[in-house]
Amino acid sequence: MVDNRQNTAVTMRTPRARVKGLGASGHGASHWWMQRLTAAANPFLILGFVVIIAMMSGRAYPEAVALVSHPVVALILILAVISVTLHMRIGMQVIIEDYVHDRGWKLIALFANNFYAVLIAVACLYAILRVSLGRMV
Amino acid sequence: MAPTVRPTVAQPLSPHLQIYRWTWTMAMSVFHRITGTALYAGIALVAIWLVALASGPAAYDWVAWFFGSIVGRLVLFVYTWILMHHMLGGLRHFIWDFGHGLDRERRLWLSRGTLIGSTLLTILIWALALVLR
Repeated sequence: MVDNRQNTAVTMRTPRARVKGLGASGHGASHWWMQRLTAAANPFLILGFVVIIAMMSGRAYPEAVALVSHPVVALILILAVISVTLHMRIGMQVIIEDYVHDRGWKLIALFANNFYAVLIAVACLYAILRVSLGRMV
Repeated sequence: MAPTVRPTVAQPLSPHLQIYRWTWTMAMSVFHRITGTALYAGIALVAIWLVALASGPAAYDWVAWFFGSIVGRLVLFVYTWILMHHMLGGLRHFIWDFGHGLDRERRLWLSRGTLIGSTLLTILIWALALVLR
C-alpha cells in the first residue's frame, strides 16, 4: 500500500491522521508524556536508591544479600530500575534524533539504544529478583 | 497522481550556536544532556554490581573491592554529583514546564541553583554516608 500520509493532494484523511506517528522516530507525543511521568517518579526512587547504596558500601556478602532481599529495598530497586530505564531510553532517543541524521545510522543507533536499555533493565531486575526470592527457599 | 512539487525558496539560515555568548541557561541545558548521557553509560555499573550480587560471593567481592578502591570511590563520587545535577535540572525543567520562573532573574538563578545545589547535595550525601557508617 502506498504511503500517502505526507501528500495532502491525494488523500481524504484528516490533517491529524496524516501526521500521527510521524515523529522523528515514528512516535508522537507519548514519549513526551512518559519522559515527564518517569521524571516525576525518579527523584523519590533515586533518593531511595542512594540511601540503599550508601548502606551497602563496605558490607560483607551475606549482609549485602540480606539488605537487597528485604521486600522494601527490593521494591524500591525494582521501581527505580523500571522508571530509570524507561526514562534513559527516551532521553537517548531524543539525542539520537537530534544529532544522527543519516537514515541507516539512525536506525542502527535506535536499535542499539533499545537493546541497551532492555539489557540493563532485564539484567538488573533478574539480579534483584534472584537475590530477594532466592532467600525464601 | 504525482506528488506536488514545492517551489524551492532560498531560506534564511539560522546562525550557528557558537556565535552566541554563553549564558547560564544555555550552559546548564547542554550540561543536562551531557549528564544524562553519562548516567546512561554509568547505569551499566549498577547492573554489574547487582548481577555480581546475584552471582555469588566471589564476583561480589571483586566488584566491592573495585568500588571500595580510590578509583572506584572517585567514580561513585562523580556519579553522585552527575545524578544530583541531572535530578535538579529535571526539577528545573518541571518548573519551566508549568510556566514558572521564566523571567530573566529567576531563570538565571534556577540555572545557577542547579550547579550550586547539586554540589551541596553531593557533599551532603557523602558526609552523611561517612558519618553514619
